[in-house]
Amino acid sequence: MHELKMKYQGKKMAPAFNAFHTFLYSPNDITHAGGTHVKGADDLKRTMNTVIMALVPILLFSMFNAGYQHFSAINDFPENFSVMEHFLTWDNFWIGIVKVLPLVVISYGIGLVVEFIFAVIKGHEVEEGYLVTGMLVPLIVPIDTPLWMLAVAVVFGVVIGKEVFGGTGMNILNPALTIRAFLFFAYPTWMSGDKVWVHGAVDLAGGPDAISGETVLGFLSQNKEFQYSVSDMFFGFIPGSVGETSAFLCLLGGLFLIFSKIASWRIMVSAVIGSLVMGLIFNQVVDLGWVGETSKFYGLMNFDFWKHLIVGGLAFGIVYMATDPVTGSQTNRGKWIYGFLIGFISVMIRVFNPAYPEGVFLAILLMNVFAPTIDHYVVRGNINRRMKRLKNAVILPKDSDSKAEELKAETV
Amino acid sequence: MGLLTKKDAGLILDPLADNNPITIQVLGICSALAITAELEASVVMAISVIFVLGVGNVVISLMRNIIPSKIRIIVQLIVVATLVIIVDQVLKAFAYELSKTLGAFVGLIITNCIIMGRFEAFALANGPWKSFLDGIGNALGYGVILILVGFFRELLGSGTLFGVPVLGDPIAKTGLYATGYENNGFMIIPPAALIVVGIIIWVQRSRNPALVEEN
Repeated sequence: MHELKMKYQGKKMAPAFNAFHTFLYSPNDITHAGGTHVKGADDLKRTMNTVIMALVPILLFSMFNAGYQHFSAINDFPENFSVMEHFLTWDNFWIGIVKVLPLVVISYGIGLVVEFIFAVIKGHEVEEGYLVTGMLVPLIVPIDTPLWMLAVAVVFGVVIGKEVFGGTGMNILNPALTIRAFLFFAYPTWMSGDKVWVHGAVDLAGGPDAISGETVLGFLSQNKEFQYSVSDMFFGFIPGSVGETSAFLCLLGGLFLIFSKIASWRIMVSAVIGSLVMGLIFNQVVDLGWVGETSKFYGLMNFDFWKHLIVGGLAFGIVYMATDPVTGSQTNRGKWIYGFLIGFISVMIRVFNPAYPEGVFLAILLMNVFAPTIDHYVVRGNINRRMKRLKNAVILPKDSDSKAEELKAETV
Repeated sequence: MGLLTKKDAGLILDPLADNNPITIQVLGICSALAITAELEASVVMAISVIFVLGVGNVVISLMRNIIPSKIRIIVQLIVVATLVIIVDQVLKAFAYELSKTLGAFVGLIITNCIIMGRFEAFALANGPWKSFLDGIGNALGYGVILILVGFFRELLGSGTLFGVPVLGDPIAKTGLYATGYENNGFMIIPPAALIVVGIIIWVQRSRNPALVEEN
């Protein structure tokens, strides 16, 4: 393999070949003599693989949940729910394999083809950025999304969301969310409503066996009651996009990413705070009686503020999407602002969006756009503060006898 | 070229590609985004602009020596407004439905940056024949992009061309729709025009790297 790499060096197809090479082998380049070398094990590939490891439990869970929701919608929910008996069954898993796996394959297949084509045309190496995107995409779409739609969206997302800006590391928008947003605006009938979240609901619609799988947020936006308990919502036994339902697994994945220092805890914590604040504001508005029970926003506004975190895609979005190091804020103070606004705006859009009671992807995309602006003002603020400090320090009489006064001036 | 000298031909042909008002000068974007969801509207808009810009350039060029420079913008506005009102009235008389689709955008030709731009940059400094060619050329360059964008947006967004279904019937599921294909709702909304124009600019500049701006 190493010899082949040397042989193809400089040829047109070299980037495509090198991609396979680095994927399978450790690089054969050796560091040059002289100079200081910083050796870190956490290169881009390692980073990406860590995120994928954090996503694998969610993928497996989503496969079981796909089947569980499908059969529950047909046969009604089991009376005495037990995880082993009703959830972790081969029947459920089989539905997951049949429905979820093709989404994964299409997402990776099409996305990597686009990446390879661009790498060959532009003559740069294939970057690992798509490894995570390709795993995120199947987890944030409804289960019955037609595969060709997903393929079109992936091409659009990778080209317009990433390659036009120069590839991995240059994109201003999260490619996975660009794909999701494209699907949402292009094919709204497949992306919202009460038929798309459970496998089979679209095919059976209109017939005598019609089943429905409204999401919790969907019920709330219509001011209807729903039958899911808090633990159902927390552990994820509810309908929703393929992998977004389990707040519990997102929490575990989030902790894993924080302790492996891949994702920013500042963004996660501030996003949680932001969503809680917005939820509290809405709760207060309802408590004050400003919004009556007849209002179409009543259901979502009256929803306990902390429950917003365990339904819909908020937990998933905060852990895996908002923390994208490329599209998020880079400065620490900027991360607090960025995360807070993501949580805040997510819940706001969720409540006020008339067409579709969810807004996490829109909020994150919006803040992606603003992240450089936030960073700019954080950096400016820091410079101004230091300039001020410098000015004060200059005023200080250098021959002052008093040490205490000198220190005081320096710490202004 | 018996009729046109080489330089005159350049006046018409340059704006079609290498000096296109939309993709190179990035003027007249507003209307390009707003009315290109349907091919028919794009074509009518293109013809309207060709008329307004062609005639307007000639009128301004004829008057260029007697317009006091302090009030030239007002004079230009009066000329273009007169022409636009003529277009608007003709549309209302002979294509009422279409004039409703185009709505305010026919009136807004007055503020189309391309028109004022050509008056200022060309017609005030050149003779009527050259100005006429320049006006036609720039309006054609604008129209070509408009029609191109309109073609893709209507085909992908509604599955029709000039209102005629070309991909089958989406409700009865015939033609391409029988295979599960669906119209792309994204192409109907104005942001899609921005992306289509962006792709056209991208393709054009990668075919002709001389057009890429330094930054």
